[in-house]
Amino acid sequence: MEYPLAEFIRFDRITKFYGSLCVVENLDLGIGKGEFVSLLGPSGSGKTTLLMMLAGFEQPTSGAILLDGAAINAVPTHKRDMGVVFQSYALFPHMTVGENVAFPLQMRGLGRAEIAGRVKRALDMVQLSALSERRPSQLSGGQQQRVALARALVFEPRVVLMDEPLGALDKQLREQMQLDIRDLHRRLGLTIVFVTHDQSEALTMSDRVAVFNRGRIEQIGTPRQVYDEPATRFVAEFIGETNLVEGVVEAVEGAEATVRLSSGARIVSAVSAPVASGQPVYLSIRPERVDLSETRGEARNVLETEVADFVYQGDHLRVQLQNDAHPLIAKLGRRSREFPPGTKVYAAFSAGDCRVIAP
Amino acid sequence: MPMKLAKTAFATLTILFLVAPLIAILPLAFTSSVILTYPVPSWSMRWFHELFFADAWRRAIVNSLIVGTGTTVLATALGTAASLGLRNRVVLFRGAVRTLFLLPMVVPAVVLGVGMQVLLARFGLTNSYMGVIIAHTVVAVPFVVVSVTGALAGIDERVELAAESLGAAPATVFRRVTLPLAMPGVLSGAVLAFATSLDEVVLTLFVAGPNQRTLARQMFSSIRENISPAIAAAAFLFIAATLLIGLAVVLSRSVLAKRR
Repeated sequence: MEYPLAEFIRFDRITKFYGSLCVVENLDLGIGKGEFVSLLGPSGSGKTTLLMMLAGFEQPTSGAILLDGAAINAVPTHKRDMGVVFQSYALFPHMTVGENVAFPLQMRGLGRAEIAGRVKRALDMVQLSALSERRPSQLSGGQQQRVALARALVFEPRVVLMDEPLGALDKQLREQMQLDIRDLHRRLGLTIVFVTHDQSEALTMSDRVAVFNRGRIEQIGTPRQVYDEPATRFVAEFIGETNLVEGVVEAVEGAEATVRLSSGARIVSAVSAPVASGQPVYLSIRPERVDLSETRGEARNVLETEVADFVYQGDHLRVQLQNDAHPLIAKLGRRSREFPPGTKVYAAFSAGDCRVIAP
Repeated sequence: MPMKLAKTAFATLTILFLVAPLIAILPLAFTSSVILTYPVPSWSMRWFHELFFADAWRRAIVNSLIVGTGTTVLATALGTAASLGLRNRVVLFRGAVRTLFLLPMVVPAVVLGVGMQVLLARFGLTNSYMGVIIAHTVVAVPFVVVSVTGALAGIDERVELAAESLGAAPATVFRRVTLPLAMPGVLSGAVLAFATSLDEVVLTLFVAGPNQRTLARQMFSSIRENISPAIAAAAFLFIAATLLIGLAVVLSRSVLAKRR
């Protein structure tokens, strides 16, 4: 899919081997100027390796990396002008917070007065001006990461790379930092490439999410696209929770297909990749899209089933449904009525709430 | 409780065992007698006077300082370079190479001494300060390698990567980040190298001429010729100097640590 921004970074058929192990395989990816792209995937899926190649810490085995139209494979890291933020913060332990932030400016040969001014502004931006004389070891994890952020932004790099920058923080702090970083991205118009294995983090922050699996990109799109229109089984399962039901395509009509389940029930579903009649497929149905009712109702897709378990989870109600052919999970809003186990119910969802996925 | 008592007693005995020779020799440094025996008839500083004013002893002290300084500089430079090189994953047989650097620690000094004498003669370096410094450096390098390798292992590689990404060329990364962070290890390596040189007798016997007699060498020969309490005074000097250096290292390390 095309992104309406001018392309700024381009990975052109990148392959990376470690010995005989292929970690990135013939990968193409374009990133727009000012775009926030997350590389999302399990560990070992090649997302961090790709980031390391962009930073210049690793060399691709083959393929080219282009920045603003020019190949940068041969450009050493220190001339790439990219700010990198690591999960381990990687602050200089022998320098104060102020000296840490001043470092990239000193490397660029700026004058003392200018450095002092820019360090102050960068620390103001992350609300740490009061701590500029402290050593990193005297700061909390969240403060250290904000110093790392200030240090990576102070020299106005062309691209900001973040490698699981929030992974070491506790949940509350992480969510706050997610919003802070997103805010900085919007305010400063930064181009950010953000590596994470946390799908909710990727959905919260990104303009686009690239879902990685085994050295390839399974799908790239806006958070809404990768969640609502998963292209593959891996994406459907990795992002959020989903019900996967096996079936066979009976008929295709425009962007909708009729799928016959093993129980004989027919489901009409939206299609994201082309499928043909007779093809075995999966249906992905998000649990929060499933409505339960004791009457059949008007919905297009209805499955007759029975409540096996009913769990109160605070912000939602989780219902385990069971019929002979296909178990389902439904998440209901907390205002929904309760269905005690054993209740016969109808599970209903529209065609747009499920997706046909080729296996 | 009895267990605790037994542990304390055992620890005390072990410590006593280790420092007993020191306790035995130290009072003799202040004897007025001309022979190195107990009982001490009366206390005097005459042997320290002898140490600093008798020609042979004075020159030995100066020689030890010259050789010690030379060895410290050379061994620290070489050992640090070796440790940095051994960090590189590209080095083949890294484990084997590291062992090679530590070999002089375990090879008998006599063997090294003979080899060194033959080798230095080839290059016309016998009976020269340079020869002694080179010989001492060989046995001092392992201490530097161990100490600096340890310090380097404690550095998060990503800190160096971060420096590079912030615009520092490799040489700048080394100067501004790696070296300052490894400094405690380099310092203790240097002190160990100096102490090794000060203490070294066997190699010195093989390669040094009469003009490079070090303090340890002088003590060794005077204990054979005349058992003069000047040896005890020299030993006292040794211990005092070692303690001072040790103290300096501990202080400098804690200052460096505080800056973290």
